[in-house]
Amino acid sequence: MIEAPDLSWAALAPMLVVFGAACVGVLVEAFAPRESRHPVQVGLALVGTVGGLVATLLIAGEPDEVTAVGALAVDGPALFLQAMIAGFGALSVLLFAERALDPARSAFVVSAAVPAGSPRDRELTTVPRVQTEVYPLALFAIGGMMLFVSANDLLVMFVALEVLSLPLYLLSGMARRRRLLSQEAAVKYFLLGAFASAFFLYGLALVYGATGSVLLRDIREATTAGSGGVLLVLGLALLVVGLLFKASVAPFHSWTPDVYQGAPTPVTAFMAACTKVAAFGAILRLLYVAFGTAEWTWRPLVYAVAIASMVVGAVLGLTQTDLKRMLAYSSVAHAGFLLTGVIGLGADGGGSGLSATMFYLLTYGFTTLGAFAVLTLVRDGDGEASHLSQWAGLGARSPVTAAVMSLFLLALAGIPLTAGFTGKFAVFRAAIEQGAWPLVVVALLASAVAAFFYLRVIVLMYFSEPAADGPTVGVPGLPTTVVLAVTATATVALGILPGAVLDLARQAAIFVG
Amino acid sequence: MTLSYYLVLAAILFTIGAVGVLVRRNAIVVFMCIELMLNAVNLTLITFARSTGTVDGQIIALFVMVVAAAEVVVGLAIIMSIYRTRRSASIDDANLLKY
Repeated sequence: MIEAPDLSWAALAPMLVVFGAACVGVLVEAFAPRESRHPVQVGLALVGTVGGLVATLLIAGEPDEVTAVGALAVDGPALFLQAMIAGFGALSVLLFAERALDPARSAFVVSAAVPAGSPRDRELTTVPRVQTEVYPLALFAIGGMMLFVSANDLLVMFVALEVLSLPLYLLSGMARRRRLLSQEAAVKYFLLGAFASAFFLYGLALVYGATGSVLLRDIREATTAGSGGVLLVLGLALLVVGLLFKASVAPFHSWTPDVYQGAPTPVTAFMAACTKVAAFGAILRLLYVAFGTAEWTWRPLVYAVAIASMVVGAVLGLTQTDLKRMLAYSSVAHAGFLLTGVIGLGADGGGSGLSATMFYLLTYGFTTLGAFAVLTLVRDGDGEASHLSQWAGLGARSPVTAAVMSLFLLALAGIPLTAGFTGKFAVFRAAIEQGAWPLVVVALLASAVAAFFYLRVIVLMYFSEPAADGPTVGVPGLPTTVVLAVTATATVALGILPGAVLDLARQAAIFVG
Repeated sequence: MTLSYYLVLAAILFTIGAVGVLVRRNAIVVFMCIELMLNAVNLTLITFARSTGTVDGQIIALFVMVVAAAEVVVGLAIIMSIYRTRRSASIDDANLLKY
């Protein structure tokens, strides 16, 4: 008789809720009549994500544990990041569900299989039918991300990476308007994503060869004992490449601008907030739990890519004329700032790098979600008006929209009294504590350069004449209004009173091996 | 015969796959090169399972096959959708998004 592995159901509850809702969503898609599908799917997706968030909060006080034969670690960082992913996921689902803005009632194509531009496609763009497959897909992606941050085993990490990526590839190809761009984004994301996961997998194989195990705990023992040698270092490098790709860190960022621009804006918001959290969660766990005692293997590499990412993001962001692309380069730069927090991880338990990075992810997630939500409001005849010139004079035409966008842009730039400033301050301080002041100098310079292109949009909105045939600003329905209210409040609140949340992040910042 | 031959073969296959992804222009061929990389990893895993005397590697290889199959489903769907519109699977033709 073979004993079944010991599973701690309570610890797995957040993921089970989300995956359960996703599976029910697939059944709803198959059996519910078309008219009732949209409200049911939206409700289900909200129940899943909010349920996942509540479940993480309920088990947050429990002692840390490693369950499923060592494959999953449910500890402070895992729960903190899972709560973040579920929360941002719920906000993204609200953006997906917005029906008041687009005349066609949805940001998603009715039937993705119909060729773009065909007579049938033109016919379908005017019908009020909406596609609801996106909700189960988003739930699977959210579930995969939650699994990704608690994976304590390279194999589980790989499976979670694919579970979160595959739905995202599909989602990014489903825009209702400008379908060619969207499909192109999906192809690029898919091919490059699969390429990167092949590298991750080869790294897994090499680490397995060097240590005889894929459990992070066993890898840690092997690195501490000094065995493994060149195979282990090579494996680590390949693993990190695969993860840095997902986090859109330069020089592995080439997909980011294209996919962010081509994908439907609610999906872009989802990717920018949640994928970043998940990818950095996995990077932190891998570097800290498996290679925490062999810092010399990863510190120089992370140092170099952090600088590359900040410089590339800030400099190339300057040359962009499309707001979505500009925010994509901003996300590359922010990935670099986040890596300064990763550098702030001290030797074995010391340092505030972990809590600072988690706090930064929280502030960046709220801000970027809000910025993309504002982007969905400003529209012309062919969907969203994301070209910079179209935003000229928006302050006169729609003061509220311009003010909210300015808030998010200032937060992205890291101006004091916004969440962006407290987040940056936390990661920079953590890096300085570890003696990485040259990195912080580069980060400050990059912040200054990046501030220029954020402020340029604000200047454009307030100090230039509106174009005669400018875009219209749509009146958002309830879902987008809720998202804007929550993200704007959080951006201000985390900027003025970050103490409570920072303390929470500090308490949560202990990995269980 | 030593196991290192298998590892070298796997490394060569992985490299051929990686170079193929970078130089080939047809999306289907690029995709096949990625599959080649995954299968090179499988060979590496099986070899290491033998050399370390554990079965983990063999089981991981099974996982990789399942994941690769799922990836094929999603990937071909995406490539098909763009092919139907453009009548071309060349990734050079997909050039609307740049800079």
